[in-house]
Amino acid sequence: MSLFIQISLAVLTLSSAMCLYRVGRGPTAPDRTVAIDILGTLVVGFCCLMAWRTGRDYYITIAIAWALISFIGTLALAKYLEGRSYDA
Amino acid sequence: MLELIAMWIIGVGLAFDLFGCIGLVRLPDVYNRAQAATKCVTLGTCMILMGVAIRAFGDPNWSMAVKAILCAAFVLLTSPVAAHAVCRGAYISGVKLWEGSVEDSFVERGEEIRREQAIEGSGDREKTETA
Repeated sequence: MSLFIQISLAVLTLSSAMCLYRVGRGPTAPDRTVAIDILGTLVVGFCCLMAWRTGRDYYITIAIAWALISFIGTLALAKYLEGRSYDA
Repeated sequence: MLELIAMWIIGVGLAFDLFGCIGLVRLPDVYNRAQAATKCVTLGTCMILMGVAIRAFGDPNWSMAVKAILCAAFVLLTSPVAAHAVCRGAYISGVKLWEGSVEDSFVERGEEIRREQAIEGSGDREKTETA
């Protein structure tokens, strides 16, 4: 039970390390943007596993807020890549 | 029993997450990376959330279960939209496809968008000059 959660957190940490590799290495700016988006989604899963481990439900509230902020940030970066101004 | 089902679902979701991130590292260009990583990680995270929700239903901890389902619906709706916007931005900003790609269906529309942007940009410049 506790071992299961620890292995799950280790797998998610490995996945996040791969995303960070792509953020650092990625040859173009869209590579980095995609990797940051994926990292945000992984953090949502991380928060849910912490909610399972501690039994406190405010971690899921944090996950909802994180998903929202990550979505808005990715859309802003996408509009920047598209070369338009933020209010167009 | 419910806990065992939840652990199986979370395990499958973790496998999806891991393979999506391997795709993010291994594939050759932005579009391949975005489609592999986005689909796998969205499904994997939704499965983790569903597993936590099932375990919370058995506990029973209703607020946690409802919030987990809400969060899963939210991730399922927003993650593909964000990936689509990033890929569109990448294409319009001029990132080339991998040389092994066989078809590019967005050529005409991309050229059209770039031409519109060029016209808008020149219009802005005239406006600032007259002002």
